[in-house]
Amino acid sequence: MPAGTLYRGREGMWSWVAHRVTGVLIFFFLFVHVLDTALVRVSPEAYDDTIAVYKTPVVAVMEYGLVAAVLFHALNGLRVVAVDFWSQGTRYQKQMLWTVVGLWLVLMAGAAYPVLGHAVREVFGS
Amino acid sequence: MSAVSSVSASEGTSPDNPAPLIEPPRARTARTPKATRTNFELYGWVFMRLSGIVLVVLVLGHLLIQLVLDGGVSKVSFAFVAGRWASPFWMAWDLIMLWLAMLHGANGLRTIINDYAQRDGTRFWLKMLLYTATVFTVLLGTLVIFTFDPNIR
Repeated sequence: MPAGTLYRGREGMWSWVAHRVTGVLIFFFLFVHVLDTALVRVSPEAYDDTIAVYKTPVVAVMEYGLVAAVLFHALNGLRVVAVDFWSQGTRYQKQMLWTVVGLWLVLMAGAAYPVLGHAVREVFGS
Repeated sequence: MSAVSSVSASEGTSPDNPAPLIEPPRARTARTPKATRTNFELYGWVFMRLSGIVLVVLVLGHLLIQLVLDGGVSKVSFAFVAGRWASPFWMAWDLIMLWLAMLHGANGLRTIINDYAQRDGTRFWLKMLLYTATVFTVLLGTLVIFTFDPNIR
């Protein structure tokens, strides 16, 4: 980063940026999700027809993105708690971020088949 | 406006001419605006951390059930919802998750609005919109969980 910028860059700032962006994305999805779930009070058909959208290949990719956002926000949130409450938290904040990233990669690899498998089968045939 | 008296620092101090009293930073005085006399921001900060820890369990468990186990999203249907909400345990799980996630998210967005919306009017109206949407969504979700009828049709 060039000198004279407002923020300090590196792991601390970028994890903070990613935490904000993922938080906003998850919150907007939450509004939609409560509304679609509320359709169970309309009729089983209204609910099932809407949930069918969630089963399409394009939305499956978006669900994988949602999982990515939630997993990062959850793991990095635990890191933030550790930075705030663990006496060594600030000293190890970079190591904890790379731990978060590593765990995130493992969990994302594990979620790939369950979340995207049905979409791949639908697009490329079973 | 300044809490420091007009005594110049260059004049020597003595028992008859004491050093000016400087209030500690953020001390609450009679001049403190009413809006900042409570510990609301402290409680908000603590709430984000406590609710966040609980939400890690509730939300990751929710994702596991809905998107990974037993066929993933393909098995979600009205009948699946009815099966889960037949149990008070899952009703409580979803209700607590709804309230904590909405309040956690609303407080997060409140922080972001305070950070980036610079004009007083913009900040006020964005937060009114946020609070309206939040109250509506929390009440709607709560109503749906408590009034769910598996035999609606």
